[in-house]
Amino acid sequence: MATFLPPPTKRQKREEVERTTTQQDVTPLLATDLGSFKANFVDSDGNQMTDVIEINFSDATERNVSVLLNTLLGRDREDFTPYRFRIHIPGKDIIVDHYPTDLLGLLQKHGVTNPFETTITLSAEPQAVFKVQAVSRMAHRIPGHGQPILACQFSPVSSSRLATGSGDNTARIWDTDTGTPKHTLKGHTGWVLGVSWSPDGERLATCSMDKTVRIWDPETGKPFGSDLKGHAKWVLAMAWEPYHLWRDDTARLASASKDGTCRIWVVNTGRTEHVLSGHKSSVSCVRWGGNGHIYTGSHDKSVRVWDAVKGTLVHSMTTHAHWVNHIALSSDHALRTGYFDHTKDVPGTEEGKREKARERFENAAKINGKVCERFVTASDDFTMYLWDPTNNGTKPVARLLGHQNKVNQVQFSPDGTLIASAGWDNSTKIWNARDGKFLKSLRGHVAPVYQCAWSADSRLLVTGSKDCTLKVWNARTGNLAMDLPGHEDEVYAVDWAADGKMVGSGGKDKAVRTWRN
Amino acid sequence: MPQNEYIERHTKLHGKRLDTEERARKKAAREGHKQSENAQNLRGLRAKLYAKERHAQKIQMRKAIKQHEERNVKGAAEEKEPANPIPAYLLDRANPTNAKALSSQIKNKRAEKAARFSVPIPKVKGISEEELFKVVKTGKKMHKKGWKRVVTKPTFVGPDFTRRPVKYERFIRPMGLRYKKANVTHPTLNVTVQLPILGVKKNPSNPLIEVNVSDLGIVTASGKIAWGRYAQITNNPENDGCLNAVLLV
Repeated sequence: MATFLPPPTKRQKREEVERTTTQQDVTPLLATDLGSFKANFVDSDGNQMTDVIEINFSDATERNVSVLLNTLLGRDREDFTPYRFRIHIPGKDIIVDHYPTDLLGLLQKHGVTNPFETTITLSAEPQAVFKVQAVSRMAHRIPGHGQPILACQFSPVSSSRLATGSGDNTARIWDTDTGTPKHTLKGHTGWVLGVSWSPDGERLATCSMDKTVRIWDPETGKPFGSDLKGHAKWVLAMAWEPYHLWRDDTARLASASKDGTCRIWVVNTGRTEHVLSGHKSSVSCVRWGGNGHIYTGSHDKSVRVWDAVKGTLVHSMTTHAHWVNHIALSSDHALRTGYFDHTKDVPGTEEGKREKARERFENAAKINGKVCERFVTASDDFTMYLWDPTNNGTKPVARLLGHQNKVNQVQFSPDGTLIASAGWDNSTKIWNARDGKFLKSLRGHVAPVYQCAWSADSRLLVTGSKDCTLKVWNARTGNLAMDLPGHEDEVYAVDWAADGKMVGSGGKDKAVRTWRN
Repeated sequence: MPQNEYIERHTKLHGKRLDTEERARKKAAREGHKQSENAQNLRGLRAKLYAKERHAQKIQMRKAIKQHEERNVKGAAEEKEPANPIPAYLLDRANPTNAKALSSQIKNKRAEKAARFSVPIPKVKGISEEELFKVVKTGKKMHKKGWKRVVTKPTFVGPDFTRRPVKYERFIRPMGLRYKKANVTHPTLNVTVQLPILGVKKNPSNPLIEVNVSDLGIVTASGKIAWGRYAQITNNPENDGCLNAVLLV
């Protein structure tokens, strides 16, 4: 039984009325004579952005400082980019990630007794100008598949199309706005292990246990060309050629198979262009980078980098001690969405589209003003490696230690600053993508976390687990933003739409679920 | 604390002898000599029992060796497709899926309403009081009254159970008939797991027990680990010396 408070007494009521009717005197709260400090703004590469400027401690809230920096950079009010600041404590190596409400107090706590007139370096990280809200409820439960759902992916065009692959040998396209099935893609004779949208959203590729890859037209639901035969065993993963690299008016597709090879198909003709053979065991993951490299991870513990045009081996990394499960590129999000972005303006011409796709890729992969695509590999040996083949060759940038069990999946955040890894130790971990430092551990699942997906603004992360739930996390604080029970069994596949409106998930309970806020 | 765990208690309080490991190692090292001596010198019934024991041990050993040998054989094992569809990242993994399969079976069955209250063995016979309790008459004063009872059927007592003082103890639960663990079988999967007993639905005439399934990793729909589930006893524990049960799905 609930406990009720006694009704307020006459005196309490009178005081309440008095308090609400009179104006509060807030002047002592805003002490103006706190002094000031000199702020030196640097960007994430350490370059100075503006001249050093003096800021009053009383005005130095994160929002104010962000507005100030935008003004100093000479931006119009409409073009303001929200910034997050990391504070370098003067005279020490400490970098504080969170901007505090009381900056003066923080400095004093770190032993800067007299912070007035000192120069404090603030590194500014631009945030996404749009904000994705955490999904909080199930929008639709769409039955249809007759067997567990093994893969799902949203269309890069919008969140209204979701493709799923299932153990009932079909892939399906769903209209997520209405929660209805759109097309059933029949043709495979084995489980559909992967679905992948082309970066322009006009083709859908599916790979299957029946050793074939099929291409579909998602508008009509009809197959595009015949099935791509050639692999000797199950096809486990696929990767589309990034849009800005498309040549001869056709896309290409790389597919990884259990037979240890990776094949590159010319989509329009169905011809095999190259067979990348060399792995000694099942190729578990393939990624196609934006500067023309193909990255493959295999059960033979090696990671290989190939030249996509010539079909030759560029690098072979054999540092992992066990199967390589997953590869993520720092430009994954940009490559997947091609020329689509949050502004929704699509260039009219082919060249324009290509140019925009290239620009988006270069922005995503740029470090210190240089395009260098990084990638991270997750392995069964409980570790991950961060690689930078452009600068470091076959030497890893960092080894990401911390998981206590196999790491199943790893994902770069869309802005390329964070890495999320999902493991069999029931936890998801957040890492700094720059140096591979461990940041946060997201605990809450009671069973292995199979999949994770970032929201487009890199602020939120959704994880799907064996324990039948999805959980949404705030990546910055590491707090659980939302717990989403609803699945009746293991969640095998989860994806966050590129426009951030929706999360789609599927699993062993055979029904597709979409989630929104 | 259970009454009979005085050795564990002592170790907890005072630790072990410093040479425990050494003694254990030496004892294990002498084991072969001991066995040989027994095998050569025992006579009569003892020899018979001993031979039987060794026979069983040797069978186990041979089986284990055979398994190891099979494991070492390298060859093109026939590629088997798993029965239930699983995503690419779970293929080729030796998954301990049985327990999980358990839970989903249970869930599927629960969805059918009619199945919710059915038990595998529908007819349960009640036990009369005379059969259940044996009257104890001890002491001269108590001679006529006979107010003490010995439970003649297997019982379950929790780990924190302590006997009352003899003077006040009305029901005596013999140690030999106490059970803490049950061998629980899943009926359709034919998986048998030994699980600790959490409680008994009605002690003792209704053979329904609640077992601790937290080891199996069964998860509820809201993502919490399921703790207990009911199982029905299938054997006669007082005759068999063990407790077999079938999980209710």
